[in-house]
Amino acid sequence: MRESPAGEHAHPTAGVYLRVAAVLVILTVIEVGVFYVPAFHPVLVPTLLILSAVKFTLVVMFYMHLKMDSRFFTFLFGGPLLLAMVMTMGLMFLFGAFVLKR
Amino acid sequence: MAHATATVDVMRPPAPAERGVDVYNLKLGMWVFLASEVMFFTALIGSYIVLRFGASPNPWAQPGKVLSIQITAFNTFLLICSSVSMVKAYASIADGNVKLMKVWLLVTILCGATFVGIQVYEYTHLIHHGFQPSGYREGSELAELAAANPVPYGAATAGLYGSTFFTMTGFHGFHVTCGVISMTYVFIRALRGKYSQQDHRGIEVIGLYWHFVDLVWIILFTIVYLI
Repeated sequence: MRESPAGEHAHPTAGVYLRVAAVLVILTVIEVGVFYVPAFHPVLVPTLLILSAVKFTLVVMFYMHLKMDSRFFTFLFGGPLLLAMVMTMGLMFLFGAFVLKR
Repeated sequence: MAHATATVDVMRPPAPAERGVDVYNLKLGMWVFLASEVMFFTALIGSYIVLRFGASPNPWAQPGKVLSIQITAFNTFLLICSSVSMVKAYASIADGNVKLMKVWLLVTILCGATFVGIQVYEYTHLIHHGFQPSGYREGSELAELAAANPVPYGAATAGLYGSTFFTMTGFHGFHVTCGVISMTYVFIRALRGKYSQQDHRGIEVIGLYWHFVDLVWIILFTIVYLI
């Protein structure tokens, strides 16, 4: 590997960081809000999983800089992550998490 | 003379250096470590799913009955704030502002330490009310509530609930603690002038670890506390 100083890739502006943070906070508030609204309970699991997936993606893309960093890292991190997601979702389907009666 | 010529003839120029992937070793090492951490936490989460949903028809404790959603939501907010301060520290040093980088690093350390403090408070509170890794403690407030309302408190699966909850959140808390300690080390190095606009690899690498800890919490908060 070539030893090189950090900061070779451009990083987002402070405004982008703050906007992402605002979206993360709003999504967290929505998550907690959805939890307390009985009308959402039949679709609570998929709704919460989608919201957390969006938060996850935002942090990885903007705060961990995968959006503008070397593609190599995307594959290095994305490979195990994809396996993890497939396994987790598979287990949830197999064990009936998506038909949980509350 | 002939010998000298022969020597020169057998010498080969070094093979051209491989271009590689244009990354430095420290960062590559951290990404490999994080990839292994993905697998580690997936094993924990996978086990949790199997134990929880496999326990059916015995009900699991309903979310919010035992655990405090409000405190944890605040902790989630705190971790998001710490991620913001971490990227601000990175952006500051990348722009050459060493002083601001130190300030944001300190903010990150404080947010992380507060997160750990709140988690310790949560554990203390839960154990005090009778929720422990082995389930509901006999004679405790939660054991009495579970006896009176076995379905919402998941009386039959309390042992599984306690062990999986404390294992997953405990390992995450351990990672946050390690992050705070590492960040403090990086902060001390920053005070000694070890980082500059030209070389701030340490800041970027500890930032990656810190954001990963945030990522894990995003998943744990949803799966353990809300679902």
